[in-house]
Amino acid sequence: MVKVNGETMELAGKSLEEYLVSAEYNMKRIAVERNGRIVPKAEYATTILCDEDSIEVVSFVGGG
Amino acid sequence: MIPSKEAWDKVLRERHGKERQDKFEAATVAVCGLGGLGSNIAICLARAGVGKLVLIDFDQVDISNLHRQQYKVAQLGQYKTDALRDNLKEIAPYVEVKTHQVLLKEDNAGEILKEADIICEAFDQPEAKAMLTNLVLEKFPEKYLVAGSGMAGMKSGNLIQTKKITDHFYLCGDLSSDIADGMGLVSARVMICAAQEALVVLRLLAGEKDS
Repeated sequence: MVKVNGETMELAGKSLEEYLVSAEYNMKRIAVERNGRIVPKAEYATTILCDEDSIEVVSFVGGG
Repeated sequence: MIPSKEAWDKVLRERHGKERQDKFEAATVAVCGLGGLGSNIAICLARAGVGKLVLIDFDQVDISNLHRQQYKVAQLGQYKTDALRDNLKEIAPYVEVKTHQVLLKEDNAGEILKEADIICEAFDQPEAKAMLTNLVLEKFPEKYLVAGSGMAGMKSGNLIQTKKITDHFYLCGDLSSDIADGMGLVSARVMICAAQEALVVLRLLAGEKDS
């Protein structure tokens, strides 16, 4: 199981990009942490999620 | 009359402790965006005796800024970089201030930010926040990024928290209150978020990292 923002999900084998698209994230507003490191945007498509992965998707909102 | 540098140093060291103050004074912190977050962050850091601030914004002071940003009526129309530098120098005359009156983008950010130990994200647009976050954490893995997301509206200030995303990435805000939802920005709530960003910076500089 993969943990995403604290929730466990069946995502092993999928690419990070597949998950982000299916969850309808706005790709221009996010930063993604995987197991303590930021995933470069260019690597979303080639990052394959594994069991035990812990993912945090930060989706920025406006205001400052 | 402006007190001497020695008198200023003594007061800061008495209050913060010598070891901490030495670290604050040696630091360079970049503030990206000088609106409600950035103007307040910069003032907190200047008061605390951070040695050098790098201020980045392309915009001018507008009447719509005065309800939450640290500018004055007499500064309407001035570039925010110039206006904030002047205000900081009135508050803390020995802070070193470098200004960049530009729109920070992927192609100029590397050069502008390279001297900073810690970078504060204080933009208002979510796309700009994400761009800076990804850029800093990808290109400068040795630096720290402190960002803000979710401080619009009038919900309880207690919802605004600091979250450690990675060892080098701290996020302040309630993570959800979006200005696009029609909620305006209210100075008191924006200042809570700004103060949390500034406090994370000071804690990181002091080596107190587990916030």
